[in-house]
Amino acid sequence: MTEPLLKVRGLKIGATVYPPGEKPRDIEIVHGVDFDLMPGKVLGLIGESGAGKSTIGLASMAYGRGGVKITGGEVWVNGRDILKSSLKDIRKLRGGEVTYVSQSAAASFNPAKQIMEQVTEAAILQGKFSKKDAEARAVELFRKLGLPDPENIGRRYPHQVSGGQLQRCMTALALCPEPDLVVFDEPTTALDVTTQIDVLAAIKDAIRDTGVAALYITHDLAVVAQVSDDIMVLKMGDMVEYGATDQIINHPREDYTKALVSVRSIEHPEKSPAGEPVLKCEHITARYKGTQFDVLHDVNVELYPGQTLAVVGESGSGKSTLARVITGLLPPRDGKIIFDGRELTPDLSSRPIDDLRELQMIYQMADTAMNPRQTVGTIIGRPLEFYFGLKGEAKQKRIQELLDEIELGKGFQDRYPAELSGGQKQRVCIARALAAKPKLIICDEVTSALDPLVADGILKLLLELQKIEDVAYLFITHDLATVRAIADSIAVMYQGRVQRYGGKTEVLTPPFDDYTDLLLSSVPEMKLGWLEDVLANRKMESAGN
Amino acid sequence: MFTNIPVSAMIGLFFTALYFIAAIFAPFLAPYGMAEVVGDVWEPSSANHLLGTDNIGRDLLTRMIYGGRTTIFIATAATILSFVTGSVLGFLAAVLGGWADQVLSRLVDLLMSIPSLILALVVLAVLPVTVTTLILVMGLLDSTRVFRLSRAVAVDINVMDYVEAAKLRGEKRGWIIFREILPNALSPLVAEMGLRFIFMVLFISTLSFLGLGVQPPLADWGGIVKENKDGIVYGIGAALYPAIAIATLAISVNLVADWILNRTTSLKGGRG
Amino acid sequence: MHPILKLVLQRIALGILLLFAASAMIFGLTEALPGDAAQAVLGQGATEEALANLRREMGLDQPAITRYFQWLGGIVQGDLGTSITNRLDIATSISNRLGNTLFLAFWAAVFSVPLAIFLGLLAVRYQNRWPDKVISGATLATISIPEFLIGYVLVYFIAVQLGWFAPLALISDSMSLGQKLHAIALPVIVLTMVVLAHMMRMTRAAILNVMQSAYIETAELKGLSTFNVIRKHAFPNAIAPIVTVVMLNLAYLVVGVVVVEVVFVYPGMGQYLVDAVVKRDVPVVLACGVIFAGIYISLNLIADLVSILANPRLRHPK
Repeated sequence: MTEPLLKVRGLKIGATVYPPGEKPRDIEIVHGVDFDLMPGKVLGLIGESGAGKSTIGLASMAYGRGGVKITGGEVWVNGRDILKSSLKDIRKLRGGEVTYVSQSAAASFNPAKQIMEQVTEAAILQGKFSKKDAEARAVELFRKLGLPDPENIGRRYPHQVSGGQLQRCMTALALCPEPDLVVFDEPTTALDVTTQIDVLAAIKDAIRDTGVAALYITHDLAVVAQVSDDIMVLKMGDMVEYGATDQIINHPREDYTKALVSVRSIEHPEKSPAGEPVLKCEHITARYKGTQFDVLHDVNVELYPGQTLAVVGESGSGKSTLARVITGLLPPRDGKIIFDGRELTPDLSSRPIDDLRELQMIYQMADTAMNPRQTVGTIIGRPLEFYFGLKGEAKQKRIQELLDEIELGKGFQDRYPAELSGGQKQRVCIARALAAKPKLIICDEVTSALDPLVADGILKLLLELQKIEDVAYLFITHDLATVRAIADSIAVMYQGRVQRYGGKTEVLTPPFDDYTDLLLSSVPEMKLGWLEDVLANRKMESAGN
Repeated sequence: MFTNIPVSAMIGLFFTALYFIAAIFAPFLAPYGMAEVVGDVWEPSSANHLLGTDNIGRDLLTRMIYGGRTTIFIATAATILSFVTGSVLGFLAAVLGGWADQVLSRLVDLLMSIPSLILALVVLAVLPVTVTTLILVMGLLDSTRVFRLSRAVAVDINVMDYVEAAKLRGEKRGWIIFREILPNALSPLVAEMGLRFIFMVLFISTLSFLGLGVQPPLADWGGIVKENKDGIVYGIGAALYPAIAIATLAISVNLVADWILNRTTSLKGGRG
Repeated sequence: MHPILKLVLQRIALGILLLFAASAMIFGLTEALPGDAAQAVLGQGATEEALANLRREMGLDQPAITRYFQWLGGIVQGDLGTSITNRLDIATSISNRLGNTLFLAFWAAVFSVPLAIFLGLLAVRYQNRWPDKVISGATLATISIPEFLIGYVLVYFIAVQLGWFAPLALISDSMSLGQKLHAIALPVIVLTMVVLAHMMRMTRAAILNVMQSAYIETAELKGLSTFNVIRKHAFPNAIAPIVTVVMLNLAYLVVGVVVVEVVFVYPGMGQYLVDAVVKRDVPVVLACGVIFAGIYISLNLIADLVSILANPRLRHPK
């Protein structure tokens, strides 16, 4: 039997944290992890934020980011324990035997140097290739990774290529010195959905063609299922489950893994339009002040009481602008907004108080949506006081009712946002919106900043509340899995226009237009071999390449 | 709320308080009258005159205590003026935006394109030099810095989603400024206040030293240096006492400001 | 036209505009405030007639706008007007003094700039360890004492007690460079200490900012030695912020010079300006004020231009 390329035993990693105003304190973030990686194989490290997956990845290069220190255990690479090696030997390992691809290529490239110099630097420094050969290899890799104009792209500066292209360049950088192992740290997370799949496919091909081994770190189990041979599930610095990809995806043993696998599987039967629409956008056209082009062109959508309209699109599609127009933050150039049978004035400041009350908003970043100097009680209590004049005992009682509705219970009124978890913060924001007894809530990417399991909880809560309060949601998102889970009707937006619009089943049933096809096919599915199927059947190239 | 104050902040608080108390109760603490000639020129320190006497035979400890009173009073008044003007205009510029912001910001750019000492000298060349003039000139010139800081802080907060949420709720401008923006802007502003105060102490001392600040016989720390500087070449250190006074006061205020900044950001609900 | 050239020209135009606005402001301040130059010369007891005569002679009977443009026109041609206290041509008096001031500032810069960058690097290298703490403690001390007091403390200990240098920095044209340097040693040390603190702190911050970038981590993960990480990746990006720091501090030096010259009775612009302010010699104050403003604005402009020219995004547009 061959020796493993990477053998990790009892790995413990600690960090020093500096809480403001307190003494620095040492904490342990990885509590003893074991795994093996054979040459040419791909191991997926998966977990939610705080699981310690990036830290473990960097430990295979004997590197600790910031105040992070490896406190115990062994890391064997090519038969030697690198934690016992001298700094000089570690420098030979880094960039030679093991290389790294970060989440943000845009930050990881030196802005002052040409791409080619940076891609070939390690290969030349480590004595693997001459400058000429390294450049030839880089061009070869650029071609393999599907970069346009592979001969000349190396002469550009990092800011002169797109995000998706730079991420491919970073992969070329990692592969150029012919390493034995590449650590991929969330390499596609920061990209737009349709670009993500292409980069993922390019990485997968490159791994296969070069025969390199890889650690693939991500929070998205569906993504890692496409590229890895084995998967290790991590939670709070502990290993939860470790096995072959097929076993983890199709026969998970641990409850936590099962939850991760079944995430986004909420069933929500479509409701058909009934009664008068609560919101009607008629021929909305809008542009930002001081610009010369429209970001919304002739948008027409309707939303019925107690139902959910999902507005789907990538960044730049105009979906968030639509929310700003409806709320009155951006008066449209043309078109009408009919809300509950009456026409809304274009500008926020001239709307009567009841219009404001009945139309509430929940934001993507719950962190910035709540005043950090106000308690949860004040945050939820203010709309009660402002719209209904509730005071004292009555207000307290209503706040507690709302807290019960969002499943937070007692003892939260006096807490500050900083003392809440990400999911709890978003729940408080939901309570604040509900406090106004709205007819419509605009949800702007409300789950995209959350870990998958937490996001699932929020979606379930929103569906539950919709039944109780009979409130309509205008749900803005880039994530089609979320749309499937929550929508009754869907509007697909592309470059400021509604590309496809109708009931959920109708919109998600073929035949598709090219863009909808691209978007739908870009959502990773928890299924082995999905990536190959999708790429074989695509009609349109993604824009971000 | 005053539990576990770090040692450095404790020292800072102690000396800051000491100086302010000495300033307020100067007439009761000083052993002699402010302008009273009580001995020979530049007497060395003795039981009667702890710090010795100055260039015309006044008790130096008395001069230092009264000098501290003048310096601290002028610096405090100028800091308050600078803060009130700078932060009110800064917040208004941030919240109103548009032409009001443009006019104020360009004006401040212009004022800051010239070092404030030079600008102060130009103004003092034509104005009568009185305590009121000094406070006005120093306070207004310095308010440009407070304006920039408070505007920047308020602009950052003004684009936060919670401010937008308040606007969407239909809140009035008063609520938005006082309940949403101000509480979050407070800690950087308070820390800046300490720095501005120190700067004012240095500024008034410099002006007095140049003969353009507090006019004799009124004592202030910069003036004491000016009065006694000729003694230095004879090895008489009377002019150096203000150095110790100014340095300890400045360092103490710095330590307090640092602590306030740290403490308020680590408060429950502190940002970040 | 290359976009960066356009941007540079725009900034220079803006700098010139600012210079004009600043000169107008300086002139306007001396106009708008109560009291006038004639009154200042003749004192409170002057008769109306004498005042009117002097006003006419000084051109004070003309409207302010006219006088501003006359004054500005004079400056552009090198005519700074006449002092009202000693009736001497200001340009002649200034030329020698400006040279002296620049001489002093130049030597202060020669010592302080390399020292500040070196100490800044040292503080970064030993971040949060004792060299960093000692440096930042010393910094806090020097920024807590006004320039003139640092001056006197040094005079007291180094000149008077130790007798190494003269307490006053008197220089004349007949002195050799060595003699001159010995004469200005103390003021140079004071100025160095004054700007060193700020410059070092800002350098430290600028380098730390670069060192915390993700591309530095990339370089470390390529196996580069610390020296090469700094030389090949940190330095090219740190140079612009450091030059900015240096320029801003040289501008700060201009202010420090005024006070330090008074302490050491050094025959420079600062001394001249302070004397003129005490004597209420408005034309001299105006001339000195405009020159100081000009130097200050120019140095800030250079800082601006360097950071534009060093920005790869602007140098290599899409």
